[in-house]
Amino acid sequence: MANDVLRATIRDLFRFSLSFRFGSIILVIVGILLLLSFFSPFESDDRRVVPRNKPPSQEFILGTTGNGQDGFWLLTFAIRNTLMVSGLAVLIGRSIAVMVGMITGYLGGKTDRVISSIVDSIIVIPRLPLLILIAAIMQGEMTVLSLALLLGILDWAHPSKRYRAMILSLREREFTHTAIFSGMNAVKVVVQEHLPFLIPLLLADAVAGFLWAIGMEVTLSVLGLSDLTTPSIGTLIFWGNYHHALLRRRVWILAAPIAASVLMVVGFYLVSLSLSEYLDPRTRLSRLTVGEQIDGGKAG
Amino acid sequence: MTLLKEFILPRFAQWLIVIFVGVTITFIIPRLSPVNPVTEALARMQMYQNIDPEAVQAMHDTLLDLYGLDGSVLEQYVNFWKRVLKGDLGPSLASFPLSVNQLIGVSIGWTIGLLGTSILIAWTLGMTLGSLAGYYPNRWWSEGLEKTLITVYPVPYYILAFVLLMAFTFYLPIFPLIGGARGTAALTWEYITSVLHHGFLPALSIVIGATAHRFIMAKALTTTEKSSDYVQYAQMAALPQRKILFYYVTRNTLLPQVTDLSLSLGALFGGAIIAEFVFGYPGIGTTMYTAINNGDYNAIMGITLLSIVGIATASLLIDLIYPLIDPRVRYR
Repeated sequence: MANDVLRATIRDLFRFSLSFRFGSIILVIVGILLLLSFFSPFESDDRRVVPRNKPPSQEFILGTTGNGQDGFWLLTFAIRNTLMVSGLAVLIGRSIAVMVGMITGYLGGKTDRVISSIVDSIIVIPRLPLLILIAAIMQGEMTVLSLALLLGILDWAHPSKRYRAMILSLREREFTHTAIFSGMNAVKVVVQEHLPFLIPLLLADAVAGFLWAIGMEVTLSVLGLSDLTTPSIGTLIFWGNYHHALLRRRVWILAAPIAASVLMVVGFYLVSLSLSEYLDPRTRLSRLTVGEQIDGGKAG
Repeated sequence: MTLLKEFILPRFAQWLIVIFVGVTITFIIPRLSPVNPVTEALARMQMYQNIDPEAVQAMHDTLLDLYGLDGSVLEQYVNFWKRVLKGDLGPSLASFPLSVNQLIGVSIGWTIGLLGTSILIAWTLGMTLGSLAGYYPNRWWSEGLEKTLITVYPVPYYILAFVLLMAFTFYLPIFPLIGGARGTAALTWEYITSVLHHGFLPALSIVIGATAHRFIMAKALTTTEKSSDYVQYAQMAALPQRKILFYYVTRNTLLPQVTDLSLSLGALFGGAIIAEFVFGYPGIGTTMYTAINNGDYNAIMGITLLSIVGIATASLLIDLIYPLIDPRVRYR
């Protein structure tokens, strides 16, 4: 049943939303590139396996780097690592955010006031300098995993406030009282009754988190503060700049990661845009008048 | 009196707490750094000459004292607040004997000029275009504009800035690569045009990113507002469209937008690290970046303090003047 609903939703999105069509096609391309990294003929740290500094040609479609790596296969590794870092960061950040949002929103009162003012204090701390600072402290010891952890820890304060507001309003609803009176404990109420309402918000929010994390990964790497031995979108640009790819007229070294990052974020953003539009009750109403196929989806 | 007690004082207390907690966190983190500013400074001094080890030890102690890094972390912390309350951010550790106040004084003007101007331009542009596009959603120009800006919006700022840099300083070299101006500061035509010339590209990159964000927000708000009854009533009453849009609809969407504007103006004191890094602009972001790389605790603290106070004050002010902007919000 749930499968049917999902299929119906995706079909509707494809039919009605231009941005979903474009976004999902882009994401499928990105996904294929990511999967291709597992079939790469070279390891990601193989050096001098192909002629160096060759411009794009039939043999090397994205050219080769100064280290004798194939641009195309290197890019597939970069996409995989960047998405892994940002995906993990989003997971960590949103988990903290959901927990904090639920606790403050549901308990209310003094706990809420104390935690909320701490959250407010954390929000005003400028994140980028803090990130650069911590990354500078950890210089040399930064791994893909610790970068993801760091990004996740810094990206929960804003979303937690949104979730808190949502839970606050849910708490006053009829069904919450029913649940409490029927003997459900607080954890159960929040997890079983309130969490489902958060999921649409969480979905749209996760994409925003992805955009931020990808941006920060690129930013930190370009400043030379991430794990520079692991290929990622940011480190490819860093090494390109480091070897003066532009001045030596080897622009393909830089163009590939730049194009890939733009493709990635635009794909994510378009899909999230269409999702939040789809989940918005106001547009759902106007869509209902367009066709009745959605009824099947709604029944589930 | 109840207004003061129930509305202004709690917000003021919140302001104090926010600054206190924020500053405390930023006080602790740089001290976890393995980069020791004293040994760094000594290493710089010993780079070109041999110094007697005993003299090095003596210098080490003197520097600890001068930098305010002697004593336990707690003592340093107390001293730090004492100094800050007097308005003294201490000596810069990396560019000693310059003080942090001086470092900030030199660079803040550049940042305020660059960021302030771009934020205001982007806000006005985004608001106007977004409102128009939300009010006339099916015109060719509004659809074209939306598609363009939706594609630009999610692109990481660094990529945007770097592509502009590649395009306009390398392939089409019409803008300078680095710096804030040419020649010495003076009120001459030549100097002023060189400031504009140097600032144009960084400003453009900030304006593009910020306009896209503002446009998307303004369009969404206007679309919602447009379905209100009063708009339909005004349309039926055949009021001029421009009047309905800018006198009624946009005014109603102003509240969150003004909040955003004030917060981004408050964030101005943090500088734009990436923009200044990419374009080699001599603002406060560059100062911050250099400070982080050199383990200059005092400069890091000073700039962070400034930006925390900036943002906290901006949100305090906006809280206090909300009811003036929007009469629907009442002082509670």
